[in-house]
Amino acid sequence: MLSYLIRRLLQAVLVMLIVSVVVFVILHALPGGLVRAQLGPRASTYSVHQLERTEGLLKPLPVQFGIWLLHLVEGNFGFSYKLNQPVAGLLAHYLPRTLLLVGISSALTVAIGVPMGLWQGYRRNRPDDHALSASMLILYAMPDFLLGVILIILLNLDLPVLPSTATAFGTSLPTDVSVLVLPIAALTLGNVSYYSRYMRASVIDNMLEDYVRTALAKGNSPRRVLVRHVLRNSLSSTITNLGLTLPYVFSGALIIEELFNFPGIGLLFWNASQDRDYPVLLGVVLVVTASVVVGSLLADLGYAIMDPRVRVG
Amino acid sequence: MLRPGTGIGPEPLLAPVEDVQPRRSRGALSAARQHKLAVAGLAAVVALTLFSFVGPLLYHTNETATNLLLANRAPSAAHPLGTSPEGRDELGQLMVGGQSTLEVGFAVAILSTAFGMIWGAVAGYVGGIVDAALMRVVDALLAIPFLFFVVLLASITTPTLLIIVLAITAASWQSAARLVRGEVLSLRTRDYVEVSRQFGAGHVQVIFRHLLPNVIGTVVVTATLSMADAILTYAAVAFLGLSVPPPATSWGDLLTTGIDNLFDGYWWQLWPPAIAIVLIVLAVNVLGDGLHDMVEHRLDRR
Repeated sequence: MLSYLIRRLLQAVLVMLIVSVVVFVILHALPGGLVRAQLGPRASTYSVHQLERTEGLLKPLPVQFGIWLLHLVEGNFGFSYKLNQPVAGLLAHYLPRTLLLVGISSALTVAIGVPMGLWQGYRRNRPDDHALSASMLILYAMPDFLLGVILIILLNLDLPVLPSTATAFGTSLPTDVSVLVLPIAALTLGNVSYYSRYMRASVIDNMLEDYVRTALAKGNSPRRVLVRHVLRNSLSSTITNLGLTLPYVFSGALIIEELFNFPGIGLLFWNASQDRDYPVLLGVVLVVTASVVVGSLLADLGYAIMDPRVRVG
Repeated sequence: MLRPGTGIGPEPLLAPVEDVQPRRSRGALSAARQHKLAVAGLAAVVALTLFSFVGPLLYHTNETATNLLLANRAPSAAHPLGTSPEGRDELGQLMVGGQSTLEVGFAVAILSTAFGMIWGAVAGYVGGIVDAALMRVVDALLAIPFLFFVVLLASITTPTLLIIVLAITAASWQSAARLVRGEVLSLRTRDYVEVSRQFGAGHVQVIFRHLLPNVIGTVVVTATLSMADAILTYAAVAFLGLSVPPPATSWGDLLTTGIDNLFDGYWWQLWPPAIAIVLIVLAVNVLGDGLHDMVEHRLDRR
């Protein structure tokens, strides 16, 4: 257990290190350099030189990398000249909203996808299983933003019950709820197909195992075996999947936030990319990667707690 | 890649064939008859490819000139699918967009599978510390939310089709690597490989004679499924602003335009590219599942 955790922790550090090196390289490979990107093409050579000196950009690159890392550890993510704010404050403001979006969506995905897959595995190759498989296949073939647009058409244009943008998020609780429904639905539906598919295959595999035959032979009803044995056995892999899918959920949130104008870190990122606000862009990349890494670390921890084989090994 | 690859293997999207019936004939035709869906998928892929690449030879339109007098026209006899905001014929746009979409799909499928296969084969065959190092890199890359880097890339460079292909490939070769590594790892210890090693076969001979032929089925399935993912990713990437500069276009770009004009009611700009994307991804997935079943059967018979 302990060695497993240490190994996972080292891996998390490795991911963060790779990403920060990549981010640092991008920062310094910018056309015209970081200072030009901030001051614009018309800045005089003098002011460029001065800012380069005050920002420490004349020091050797490895030294700069060290200083930059040190600043990051202190929570100093740089300064956004476009928004005239420290990047750390922006991140602290917008990240929790995206975490809310991603958290609710992930919970719903599992809550819908797992029982659906269980049912499909139980009823395999019957009409209802085929119908569900086919509709999941179509959902799977849709880009997330198309799903969002179809939801907007159905529930905003055709039947005006829900708002099509989430700009009003953060005003009051009822608004927040109504504003969140469509983005969360769009983010969730596409991923449900993945979990139900995985669960269905897992159930079908498990049904052939000896322990299921034994449980059935002892007189347990198939439903009981399914819920008490098969589901329990598959849940630990579901938790692993949750960790593995996290990067995609965050990527999906980026798209959904842009589509619905949800004021989260994805939209902040998107707007920063339009303004070429590099300190914000790089800060977001780092924070989002860190969230993913921490999230999958938690998922693995949950897996280790649930699965006795890992606990012992 | 928006949808997760577990790296465990391409799970079949459709019902896996459980009761393996003894099948006498091994001809391609009878196999095809057993996989009607896969054949339909293949037919759809071929049809969409012909539509995109041969279509423009039969249906002549000017897809480079802008004509604002013709902008956003509804479908008519002259323009069966209406016109775009630039006044271009939508049906022609759909053909041109299909070209880049399918090119990215095929290119990413081939590149990412080839690269992943080599990476995974080396890891699985050499084993030990090399294996551990190579696979940790794969794990690390899988934990990165790729689309954020795409937006970053879009804000730094003017994308070309090559950059887009390389970017999507960089994000999608990892599952092929995991899969091939797993297969090689189990094949390496098989008796017949051991025997041929005992008889003095070199590494090259073992790899090319015994390992690759056995892995090739899995690799083809992975390549097929990764094409579907690549097309979805390309659409998402276009939506986020990393797209080929006009007049070049893609189904994802057309769909994004349709979404931008959603509240104007220009449905002919939205649904054709939407249907095209869903259709190609469905077709490729169904084809991949069919191939997966065929490969599994082949393994069962051994």
